[in-house]
Amino acid sequence: MSLRTPMGRVLGLGTAKDGVSHWWAQRLSAIALVPLTVWFLASLIRVGPADFESVHGWLAQPWHAVGALLLVLVLCLHSRLGLQVIVEDYVHQAATKLITLVIIDFAHALAAAASSFAILKVALGGSA
Amino acid sequence: MYTMVLSISHRLTGAFLSIGLLALTWWLVALASGAGAYRSAVDCLRSPLLQLLLLGWLFSFFFHLANGIRHLAWDCGFGFERRQARASGWTVLIIAILLTLLCALWILRARGGLI
Repeated sequence: MSLRTPMGRVLGLGTAKDGVSHWWAQRLSAIALVPLTVWFLASLIRVGPADFESVHGWLAQPWHAVGALLLVLVLCLHSRLGLQVIVEDYVHQAATKLITLVIIDFAHALAAAASSFAILKVALGGSA
Repeated sequence: MYTMVLSISHRLTGAFLSIGLLALTWWLVALASGAGAYRSAVDCLRSPLLQLLLLGWLFSFFFHLANGIRHLAWDCGFGFERRQARASGWTVLIIAILLTLLCALWILRARGGLI
């Protein structure tokens, strides 16, 4: 027996049945980010981010590039999921909410594409 | 530490770190664009405003990391008693402040700036 009201059904209110996958993805990405972020920050501090040659040389190493790729992609996923929750909790006007969520999606797609491309360019030997 | 304050702080630091993600992207693109572009990016990052932002991101990162681990422990069913939750809250705050200071001082001592 469904407890939903006819009006609620017509308006499409209620669960979209994808809440668990959102919750799960948020946790999985959080767990993955613990080693990835700590590794990246520690490496940057060790290498010295101010010097172009040393950072470039460090990121050009295959495993470093793979780690950095994983980091930025998982970061984008985690950030997008987290911001989505915040917007859904605090923005109640439907149009504003939709527009904000679309902007967040586009911004994260841009960040993911640009940062991945940058890492690949360094790793695959662009102009140093 | 009241769990309510820490809960909203988790969201605030998370949203702030999302802006940091854009900065990270910009920094990576500068690195891929060559030595000249990277030099300008580093100069920009050395401006007082950006140094302050970097410090904010550093603290937000450590706070979000420590509090995130606390949240993961809750997800596994640990630490729900009010006393435990408040104690772990204080622990998170102290760890975040200590790691930020340690990290910032370490970098400052080696390089004279937060980059």
